[in-house]
Amino acid sequence: MGHQQFEKLIGKARFLLAGDSGVVVEFGDRVDRALSETVLRLRSVLETVALEGVTDLVPSFRSLLVQYDPLVTDAETLIDRISHYLEATSEQKAMPTAWELPACYDEAFAPDLADVADRLNMTIAQVVDLHSSQEYSVYFLGFLPGCALMGDLPAALELPRRTAPRIRVPAGSVAIAMRLSIVYPLVSPGGWHLIGNCPLQFFDIGAASPSLLAPGDTVRFRPVSAREHAALSAERVSGNLFAGRERFLRA
Amino acid sequence: MTARIVIEAPGLCTTVQDAGRFGHQGLGVPLSGAMDRLALAAANALVGNSRDTAALEISYAGPGFEVRDGSIRIAVVGGDAALKLDDGSVVPANQSVVVQAGQKVSVQAPRDVSSAILAVAGGIGVDDVLCSRSTYLRAEFGGFAGRVLLAGDVLDVACVDSDAVDLELSSEIPYGEGPIRVVLGPQADFFDAANIERFLTNEYEVTTDSDRMGMRLAGTVLQHAKGHDIVTDGVVNGSIQVPGSGLPMILLADRQTVGGYPKIATVISSDLPRLARMMPGQGLRFQAVTIAEAIAARRAQAAKLDALLSSCRMVRRSGVINIERLHAENLISGVVGPDD
Repeated sequence: MGHQQFEKLIGKARFLLAGDSGVVVEFGDRVDRALSETVLRLRSVLETVALEGVTDLVPSFRSLLVQYDPLVTDAETLIDRISHYLEATSEQKAMPTAWELPACYDEAFAPDLADVADRLNMTIAQVVDLHSSQEYSVYFLGFLPGCALMGDLPAALELPRRTAPRIRVPAGSVAIAMRLSIVYPLVSPGGWHLIGNCPLQFFDIGAASPSLLAPGDTVRFRPVSAREHAALSAERVSGNLFAGRERFLRA
Repeated sequence: MTARIVIEAPGLCTTVQDAGRFGHQGLGVPLSGAMDRLALAAANALVGNSRDTAALEISYAGPGFEVRDGSIRIAVVGGDAALKLDDGSVVPANQSVVVQAGQKVSVQAPRDVSSAILAVAGGIGVDDVLCSRSTYLRAEFGGFAGRVLLAGDVLDVACVDSDAVDLELSSEIPYGEGPIRVVLGPQADFFDAANIERFLTNEYEVTTDSDRMGMRLAGTVLQHAKGHDIVTDGVVNGSIQVPGSGLPMILLADRQTVGGYPKIATVISSDLPRLARMMPGQGLRFQAVTIAEAIAARRAQAAKLDALLSSCRMVRRSGVINIERLHAENLISGVVGPDD
């Protein structure tokens, strides 16, 4: 066989193969709100129609990975079925869930803030102001359970990832890189710039809906004092923060 | 009735795993699950479980434990792994055995493959987390307290009749052989024809920098034609990422749900168990196949596995080497066991 990968163009979708257990439906090659909405709409439709043999749907910025059981179906059948839903509209929520997440930008939680300000020729206050005045939306969840990839970061805050990733980033770290912001839900290795900390619990395995944030949600960060951060952290330890998460919805 | 397994020596990385945690990757939750799906199925069949039942996955050094409160039935599958009982008997891989309350078992990890599965009749009694009992170490959930087993841990397992029949596999587990087969893509177009050719013709070696998340390879460095960053997208078990170093890395059970490096190819599902068993230092080659060939290979393997699981046969008593008895009957001098 020639050494070329399979690909099939149908409408605005490019179908690719992830081995014999995944079909990638790709709509572009950029981080882009419109592409993301197309991906999330297709995911929503495919969740509803529940095609035979599909085991999981994994949305990302510009593509939807449809995983399947090769003993039940095959790529050709799935591509044909999925292509019928490319233009389908889904019952999207009229209003996305809007969050206001407390974030403490104090030096103790923000080991990279001074360096970020320095590299961007700004004061620390300007960086905090820009980061906390932007409304972000969640592209998708990935990397870690409950980790929301949020955009878009103001262009003035754009930096590449750190050249030396950290081995241990604390849970709750508010981080930026490229045109994105995340909160690390767990202790983890990480290469993003740490500029603050959010004391909320982002994932609860016991909850019917285990992730605090969902794709399409909007998020603003509200700067809080170290004292308020400590009080919320104490509440998280007691297990009340996830159950009472409505209080962090924007009024 | 519940019996108990009391862990005395935990082994190196002993975790509870089943077939994996499907349906939650959209939340950022990886699949986890047994690295060797075929060993999980075979070990479970030997103790009368359905093939995806939660069992213990053992790597490099096996656990030692005492059975309490009732008899249990166990089987180990994975290369030359074995069970050593404190009555001197040694039960090789691919056989089940009933162990009585008060007996101690030492699981000998395989020396020829990277992991083995110890199945227990009735499964391992831990709670389901997001529809699976698999351990996800990074987020510390699933399995036993979300972690590797430690000395002193007590596992609840099912009690069995002490005269249950011992079973053994009647033929080989269908791992297949030859090159590791791949379907090119989804980002093979980040490489020119010459580099795809190098990937498919040169031998690679499994490095020690390999674990449940992924397997790093040493060998021919590949050059990207379109850079080594892609817009992050979804990955599967078997995705072969080529990061900036140019050395392929194959994603396995505990991989993240998305990745930002071009994926030159994807290991086909029938060859994943054979790949996951490989030890550091072992060499491998890749061979490109079509999607139709990949699916046909998986279905053929599934048919062979079905046949194997439904044809477990009774162990002839001589199949279990009772060293004490052999000594008593003056049949051997000295002890020849899997440790020698």
